[in-house]
Amino acid sequence: MENEKLFNSGVLTCECKGAVLPPKELWENKKGGLVVIECPQRIPCNPCGTSCPTGAVKPFADINDNPEIDYSKCTGCGLCVAKCPGLACFVIDLTFAPGKALIKLPHEMLPVPAKGDKVACLNRVGETVTEGTVENVVEPLKDSTKVLHVSFDREFVNQVRAVRVVK
Amino acid sequence: MADIKTTDILVVGGGAAGLSAAAEAASHGAKVTVLESDLHLGGQLVKQTHKFFGSKDEHAGTRGYKIADIILNEIKECGDKVETYTNTAAVGYYKNDGIVTVMRGEEEYFKLQPKKIVMATGAQERIIPFPNNDIPGVYGAGAVQTLMNVYGVVPGKRVLMIGAGNIGLIVSYQLMQAGVEIAAVLEALPKIGGYWVHAAKIRRLGVPILLRHTIKAALGTEIVDGAIIQNIDSGELTHVDCDVICLAVGLTPTNEMLWQAGCDMKFIPQLCGHVPMRNPKLRTSHPDIWIAGDAAGIEEASAAMVEGRIAGLAAAEALGFAVEQEKFGEYQERLNSLRRGEAGEKIRSGLALAQVADWGDE
Repeated sequence: MENEKLFNSGVLTCECKGAVLPPKELWENKKGGLVVIECPQRIPCNPCGTSCPTGAVKPFADINDNPEIDYSKCTGCGLCVAKCPGLACFVIDLTFAPGKALIKLPHEMLPVPAKGDKVACLNRVGETVTEGTVENVVEPLKDSTKVLHVSFDREFVNQVRAVRVVK
Repeated sequence: MADIKTTDILVVGGGAAGLSAAAEAASHGAKVTVLESDLHLGGQLVKQTHKFFGSKDEHAGTRGYKIADIILNEIKECGDKVETYTNTAAVGYYKNDGIVTVMRGEEEYFKLQPKKIVMATGAQERIIPFPNNDIPGVYGAGAVQTLMNVYGVVPGKRVLMIGAGNIGLIVSYQLMQAGVEIAAVLEALPKIGGYWVHAAKIRRLGVPILLRHTIKAALGTEIVDGAIIQNIDSGELTHVDCDVICLAVGLTPTNEMLWQAGCDMKFIPQLCGHVPMRNPKLRTSHPDIWIAGDAAGIEEASAAMVEGRIAGLAAAEALGFAVEQEKFGEYQERLNSLRRGEAGEKIRSGLALAQVADWGDE
């Protein structure tokens, strides 16, 4: 009941169609990371699929389909992260460093952090769960949407989905 | 009163639907006149700083204001086929001779006699009644977007957003981008009305979305300095600190000229008000008037742009210009795709009530 209420206000509470985690073994050893999409509602939108250079986000039969992923094709490039209008695509790399995870996430707020900055890592309701380090800041599509690469303690890998720049 | 101007197709409204209709009709050879009451063309598109949904055909993944530029460029390429007027409003339609009276600026009036009309007049914001809803600091979401994204002015420091449809969610996000704090987003229903992903992106930045909550009163004498909100189920009242209350509680189609023209109108709650009955090519019961966009029923801008294409093409066809029939099917299929999902359910049920297979005069 409480979970349903949370979900109905825009908070993911469990894996479901359109919001699944990659298969564990593949994910564990995949350099560059794998895509994690949190798009559980059928809406008319497909840029994750059309922007994917390798076909890892499978082409949509119907534009309203939830995204489906062929993880064997995902390179972790993060183009979908930059393209998704819903800011619902992330790439998570578990090979970054021992005990660490690296998330590539979209960032459209000011200020824009710089490489090396410490940021607050936020969960799906905006609570700070740990501190992270900005490892890179890129703008893949040159359209103002930045993609931040942030490393943090791996135990929070299923929680961290945003950052707050603390300056 | 000077001479009566003439044109093949008059497009009333230079927003997403109207500009698309103008581009489509002009590219098929029609002479088009576009009237826009705002100071610039583009309608709501120019305020949309977020990336659009939809498919490549509707420029998905491109920011709304850039989509306006794309369509305006297309219109520019039609050369002198399209004449556009800004700061110019159509103020009346005269049924007996089909003349439209037009006000340009605040002083100049003229008459237009178009052969065909596409009404792409968009929508008006609704407001809800509560004590003090007339004091400064209570805004419609459209005004907040105009202030911020057209004029670069933030409306305040801390905003209480009423309504978790796409507009409430998106404007909240845009306010945060402008450095404004969102105290909370209230939604009377037990579920957000907008896209789930739009809610998720503000939730993860710490914005509470309070379902089953509504505003009880705005506080303040000269200006807003707070609000009382209420849990609809428990009745519990809470004080919220804010200096802006932003209403994003829905839109209703702008349809005065359609009434004046005597179009068959019907109240369809799913389309958010009175809308004209229309055939598959978006012609109203009036043989010279087509509709597109929010005026035909409240929907997303992506659908408005496709509807504009259909209406523009159909109006050009009715004037005798050669049009490719398959294009109608193609556009219709794009609309069907956009409406096929969960979020399109309401639209589909509403449109089923607004459809006429054939007017019998074609």
